[in-house]
Amino acid sequence: MAIDELEKKLRPPERGLPPYPAKMIKLASGEIMVVREARREDIGALLGTVYPLIEVAKDYYDIVAARMYNELLAWYRYRIANEFAIVGAIDGEIAGIVTSRDVDGKLGMSLHTMTIKRGLRVGAQLFAAKMEHHIEYCKEDEVWIVAESPIGFKRWMIEYELEDRSAQYPAVRHELGGVPTFALTRKLWDAVKAVKCTGTRPVPPEILKTADKLKMPNEYVQLPGWKRNG
Amino acid sequence: MAPRIGIVGIGHCRFGNSSDYDLVDVIAYSANDALEDAGGLALRKEVDQVFVGNMAAGMFNHQTAVASALISRMDMEPCPAELIENGPASGASAIRMGYMAIASGMADVVLVAAGEIMRTVSGWEATNIVATMAHTEAEYNMGLTLPGFAGMFTRLYMQKYGLTERDLALVAVKDHANAALNKYAHVQIPVTIEAIADGPEANVVNNYVAEPLRMYSTCPITDGSAAVILVNMDSPKAKLFKKKPIRIAGIASATDTHCVHNRKDPLVLDAVRLSAEKAYKMAGIGPADISVAELHDAFVIFELLNSEEVGFFERGKSFLGVRNHETEIGGRIPINTSGGLKAKGHPVGATGVSQVVELVRQLRGEAEEGRQVKDPKYGMAVNFGGFGNNVVTTILAKD
Repeated sequence: MAIDELEKKLRPPERGLPPYPAKMIKLASGEIMVVREARREDIGALLGTVYPLIEVAKDYYDIVAARMYNELLAWYRYRIANEFAIVGAIDGEIAGIVTSRDVDGKLGMSLHTMTIKRGLRVGAQLFAAKMEHHIEYCKEDEVWIVAESPIGFKRWMIEYELEDRSAQYPAVRHELGGVPTFALTRKLWDAVKAVKCTGTRPVPPEILKTADKLKMPNEYVQLPGWKRNG
Repeated sequence: MAPRIGIVGIGHCRFGNSSDYDLVDVIAYSANDALEDAGGLALRKEVDQVFVGNMAAGMFNHQTAVASALISRMDMEPCPAELIENGPASGASAIRMGYMAIASGMADVVLVAAGEIMRTVSGWEATNIVATMAHTEAEYNMGLTLPGFAGMFTRLYMQKYGLTERDLALVAVKDHANAALNKYAHVQIPVTIEAIADGPEANVVNNYVAEPLRMYSTCPITDGSAAVILVNMDSPKAKLFKKKPIRIAGIASATDTHCVHNRKDPLVLDAVRLSAEKAYKMAGIGPADISVAELHDAFVIFELLNSEEVGFFERGKSFLGVRNHETEIGGRIPINTSGGLKAKGHPVGATGVSQVVELVRQLRGEAEEGRQVKDPKYGMAVNFGGFGNNVVTTILAKD
């Protein structure tokens, strides 16, 4: 597609982030979840997965889904800089998605964590993968994090013992609307990664292949009775 | 001589997250379910007494006088109704009060309904609320919570008897397998021993909560309700109910020191043993007669300890029975066929009634395929209030 001069001006500058190597995690159920970086060709499936949850008010799925939809669409249409998404897939079906972005090579801006398959700490594993990408692969010094839901607050702010930077507002200001900002520093990450982050690499090709073409879930526990194409 | 007292109706909601619902509505749901099971909602007019089991609605839901509210919600005025609070044994205590009301001659039909909505608060706040049952100065103010207690308790047991973390995981695997088949269970997800104990990722997938207790050694925080209808089997009213009664053959309680450190041996749960002994004596049976048991396992170590105190295993040997599959459905003594508190969930005030509902389902032969114990005769429930300091044991019989 030709990119005209105006479009060039509208697109954000991209730094080009290092790749996040895929890994696999055996969940408590015994199911294998492949955790890999999302590709541009995955975005349709990701948007289709997130969209139905915009109607779920419980646990702030509506806000997270709407914002994540925006972030994925903005990535697809070149309206956000240095964003990445990591997806967890079980037998190819999307179990969870995280979004995030690099600000300047030193600072990461955690965007959202969406758990589709609940009860197996899928969200916790994907959040850890997101932090792993920021600190270990993108080599950032710290990541700024906010939470919309009490569940998120417990999982990230409490369990990771994140630094509360809210008193430094507005100097420290997360991009998501001025809500209290917390930070995961490299030091904090080093302290918790052994108990928070796991996964086996490399992923055997036959397992990685199951997550090559992502499938949207047909049902959601968050939407009782809802069926895709139903 | 006390009349024969039986259970003619059972009700239960799906355990899980009901924090969007009103506590009284959730309890009424199971109460109505029990009435329907017994023969229809019109039978509520035959109820002489209502007991409601609940531990902490005042803190979780900012609501008190739950029994009065339930009566109005169910259009049951002027039926007498009282709230029974005995920590996480509130449900079983409410059943015991119902039994005593009938045995005393003051009632022929008693509705016991119990419930708790805990997920209105965060997990750590729920843990804090439950911890208020510990001794204020000696325990709670020192920062002890129930998971903290159970962690120390488990460590002591490990040192004394050789229990391993893998043994704890085996209990969880068994409980989750049962819960996966139980339509009422909170966590209907089977888990594998490789994923939560043996595999390279188990340390993260099954993280520590209070070392050596891990996530899969600990019950979830759960909302839910359950109800039973007790009837004097020798009264004319008994004929109004369509279901054949499951008889309460024995029901007894016992207490122990409030402070755990005042016990001679913290690993000895005197109140469990004594309440079980009294219930056995009342029923005229012994441990070998029990076909199926629901044992209070807010932490899986309690399933093991309780199974020793009630006489299913020698002291320090219960985990060997788990290794040998003796507590699985089809084993010598199936324990926590419902999934237990571990996987079915533990809405604290409701648990004791939920355990009894499961036993009735088993004794009637109404449990789901794959979860039904073959031809059970007697079922036992042990419901734990506090850290083993106020325990109710119930034995049901299929006559």
